[in-house]
Amino acid sequence: MTEQGPPQPGADHPPRMGFFTDTSVCIGCKACEVACKEWNAVPADGLELTGMSYDNSRRLGSETWRHVAFIEQRKPLGGQEPGVSHDDVDIFRAASGLGVTIASPGPGATAPEDALPGAPAGETSPIAPDGRTELRWLMSSDVCKHCTRAACLDVCPTGSLFRTEFGTVVVQEDICNGCGYCIPACPYGVIDQRPDDGRAWKCTLCYDRLGVGAEPACAKACPTDSIQFGPLEELRERAASRVAQLHGAGVLDARLYGEDPQDGVGGDGAFFLLLDEPEVYGLPPDPVVTTRDLPSMWRYAAAAAVTLIAGVAVSFLERSHR
Amino acid sequence: MSESDVTPAGVRGARPGREAVTGRAAGRRRRGGRGERPVVPEAEFSTYYGMPVLNPPRWEALDIAGYLYLGGLAGASSLLAAGAHRTARRRLALAAKSSATGAVSLSLVALIHDLGRPERFLNMLRVFKPTSPMNVGSWLLAGYAPLTMAALLSDVSGKYRPAGAAATAGAAVLGPAVTTYTAVLLADTAVPSWHDGYRQLPFVFAGSGAAAAAGVGLLAAPLAETAPACRLAALGAALELGNTELMKRRIGLTSEPLEQGRAGTLMRTSKALTVGGTLLAVCAGRRSRVAASVAGAALLAGSAMLRFGVFRAGVASAKHPKYTVVPQRARLQKQQNKPGTATS
Ligand code: SF4
Ligand code: SF4
Repeated sequence: MTEQGPPQPGADHPPRMGFFTDTSVCIGCKACEVACKEWNAVPADGLELTGMSYDNSRRLGSETWRHVAFIEQRKPLGGQEPGVSHDDVDIFRAASGLGVTIASPGPGATAPEDALPGAPAGETSPIAPDGRTELRWLMSSDVCKHCTRAACLDVCPTGSLFRTEFGTVVVQEDICNGCGYCIPACPYGVIDQRPDDGRAWKCTLCYDRLGVGAEPACAKACPTDSIQFGPLEELRERAASRVAQLHGAGVLDARLYGEDPQDGVGGDGAFFLLLDEPEVYGLPPDPVVTTRDLPSMWRYAAAAAVTLIAGVAVSFLERSHR
Repeated sequence: MSESDVTPAGVRGARPGREAVTGRAAGRRRRGGRGERPVVPEAEFSTYYGMPVLNPPRWEALDIAGYLYLGGLAGASSLLAAGAHRTARRRLALAAKSSATGAVSLSLVALIHDLGRPERFLNMLRVFKPTSPMNVGSWLLAGYAPLTMAALLSDVSGKYRPAGAAATAGAAVLGPAVTTYTAVLLADTAVPSWHDGYRQLPFVFAGSGAAAAAGVGLLAAPLAETAPACRLAALGAALELGNTELMKRRIGLTSEPLEQGRAGTLMRTSKALTVGGTLLAVCAGRRSRVAASVAGAALLAGSAMLRFGVFRAGVASAKHPKYTVVPQRARLQKQQNKPGTATS
């Protein structure tokens, strides 16, 4: 039982807009976090050094609508291992295949950890004999997913959360009464309550900027185009070719997250290219919109209500037989 | 491990994210002096510095668990009132009507008190939205609360008896919905321990509500009229305890929070009170005033603790990434193992 998904583009609707966040080119500059806070006048939430690599904002919440995750991993990096004999390798022949086959990853390419012996990328980058490993640093700018089937929107009792003409999900702050129901409903842990203000806040995909044809502040500020904004259809195509390109270059870890319209939330309006499992970035591996089971929940509740009536009836009936 | 213990270094007991090696079970890191017990040796999973995936409910336990309890008590009391009204048990009917009115009024206060913007409470009735259990519940209460009050007023004043009888019957129709919808309210979230239990939770709450209403009857009605309350206590307790066990068995990993920490203590105390109160009610609830009162109080307390236990368990399950990540991983694994079957 979910509200209708995003509007079909037509005469009176612009196409559904979204984000494609390509984390493989993110440099962790946090320009998006800052631009978002500035543009949307999101209050400060204190300075805190968390010790979580360069991440001091921890996670998405009422005062953090873009959050850059930093993950340090020990992981062998393709083509960068010193101390490996290359006597038997014709480097010119190998180089001629660069970027064409996955058998010879380019510099900086990463290799799957468990594919070491004999695996295409693994052969050129074994872990050093002394057990030393290389570090890889993953950075990813997280944001509200603007789900096709948005749990927050479905459960909002006031109709404060609504679907815009761009297919995005936005809170109307003049209507929200701070019931807080949307917060545990979101399968991604995005929306949250502002303690002093009582209402729920999250990314609006810069609804005000979209209205005048501007792109969202974070996408505008991103210096590497890690955050790409545009019509969702176009972004999906772009993402598919980017994954193919990375796979071709030997980055077999590259995968899309949230782009599949068949997934548990009907696909995300803001989806990602990740270099590891989603949970490594703090994302749920298989999110499902909770209202998918709501018809079933109502049925069980009705059955329980009938059971309760029967129980009370029995409690009284027995007596009258005596 | 009772509640999640989020520190900058990750959740105690979970594998720290910064040590994560892709797709591999990495060694558990030990920190200076603080021995870490491996809590989940059976399920290795990655997290982002042990941070939770979900945002936990920001509801106050006293307000919302209290709301669940009072709603359950009110709804079942209305049914008891209707039964007593029909069978001419005047004092039992009056006690049940008073408890329904009092509980539903207090529950509304708790609900409004918990809002971030209480003055905007009426925005709940701005729309009618079946996808939002809280919206449905608000409409339900808007219809139900006046009925309980009308039923009580007519009974107390002795006036407008036909209208009072109609209100009593009306409250008894909506009452069971008020009692069980609160289970949907919790289950319709991403909170693992609540959502996973959506099949049994309404029955647990129905049973617990019945036991609480029976408790009111035992406390307030004269011994000559407590017989139905004693039977209702037994039926309610059986429904509640049976379904709680069934739920724990069905939901697997996410039943852990129901057994650990403060939630676990609350659940165990609730069970003891409910079992004790029921036994006492069945054995002596019709003969001894003291026994009936003690049994009634125990049933009321047991029902309240159940709501607080379930509430806290849900919050704990949302605060620990394990309960979000591990079942979802397992689901994906299952889907991969049977390719072609598009299970969602
Ligand atoms: S990610 Fe969460 S807050 Fe954003 S649209 Fe989806 S359910 Fe709502
Ligand atoms: S907190 Fe506000 S936006 Fe969230 S569900 Fe309640 S009324 Fe809707």
